[in-house]
Amino acid sequence: MTDAESHAEKGMAHQFEDLDQQHDADMLGIWVFLITEIMFFGGVFAAYAIYRWMYFSAFDGGSHILDIRLGAANTIVLLGSSLTMVLSVRAAQTGNRRSTVLFLIATMILGGIFLGVKGYEYHQKFVEHVVPGLDWAPEGKTLALLAPGGVQHAQIYFIFYFAMTGLHAIHMIIGMGLLLWLVLRARKDAFTPHYFAPVEVVGLYWHFVDIVWIFLFPLLYLIGGRY
Amino acid sequence: MSHPIVPQKTYILVFLCLIGLTILTTGVAFIDLGAFNTVAALVIAFAKMSLVILFFMGVRSSSGLVRIILIAGFFWFALLVAFTMTDYHTRTWTPVPQAWSSGAPPTHP
Repeated sequence: MTDAESHAEKGMAHQFEDLDQQHDADMLGIWVFLITEIMFFGGVFAAYAIYRWMYFSAFDGGSHILDIRLGAANTIVLLGSSLTMVLSVRAAQTGNRRSTVLFLIATMILGGIFLGVKGYEYHQKFVEHVVPGLDWAPEGKTLALLAPGGVQHAQIYFIFYFAMTGLHAIHMIIGMGLLLWLVLRARKDAFTPHYFAPVEVVGLYWHFVDIVWIFLFPLLYLIGGRY
Repeated sequence: MSHPIVPQKTYILVFLCLIGLTILTTGVAFIDLGAFNTVAALVIAFAKMSLVILFFMGVRSSSGLVRIILIAGFFWFALLVAFTMTDYHTRTWTPVPQAWSSGAPPTHP
């Protein structure tokens, strides 16, 4: 057997001894990347912690503007997309190409619903004139909700709202692109039960983005309480 | 491969737990627990994150190297938050000399 033949197994790069070694390297790589992502989002979360503490009641007021039902519904949609993602990885693992593709598409649809709802929520912020810097003129009921914590201070809350959900949404859009790439590759039969690392790696990224939202939901929507 | 195939039932069960915790955390926001509202919300968020990491992300069956990297990441993030908050919380503990007071950071209760 020639050297080329011994390395002919599908999906294996030439620098690895075998697929198991390559898999370990893949996992290490994506986890190191995810840690840098924790640090990336961590900076924003740390800044949030400081300003939440400094302008405590202004943040309560800001969170009262958000629609808790939309936030909770979107959380469930995103958790559902994590389920379809993990089922897609499992389908790839068991060599079921059809299910892999279908679950990937389901993940994209759920991701799309999430972004659609998010877009609607952003639109509502413009309608209510609670966009810091660009359109800050809350009135009526919105103004009454913001007043106890200081109307101007509530701008800081909304800067965090847009920065954090915006960063999260950008990650989701990138994730959707990766999912589309996976669908195209899976359709070309690029994955086998021995080689499905791209599905697994994108899955880990997708779950990470889900975890960020798991924290954004209470920190942005629930902090003020609704009692 | 090195990862065992997890039964579909497990994933669906974890998903249902995550939905239950989402409903719980939303429900708690409607009950007045004082400062414990934030505590409850964060504890539930940590529980949800743990479920996702252990089951969906497969850390339950991952290598020790991956686990160490994960723990190191969280430890570093905890340092970031802990040292930043100790700084901000203790800035007002010592009196600010008169000559410096014009540029003093904002004080808060």
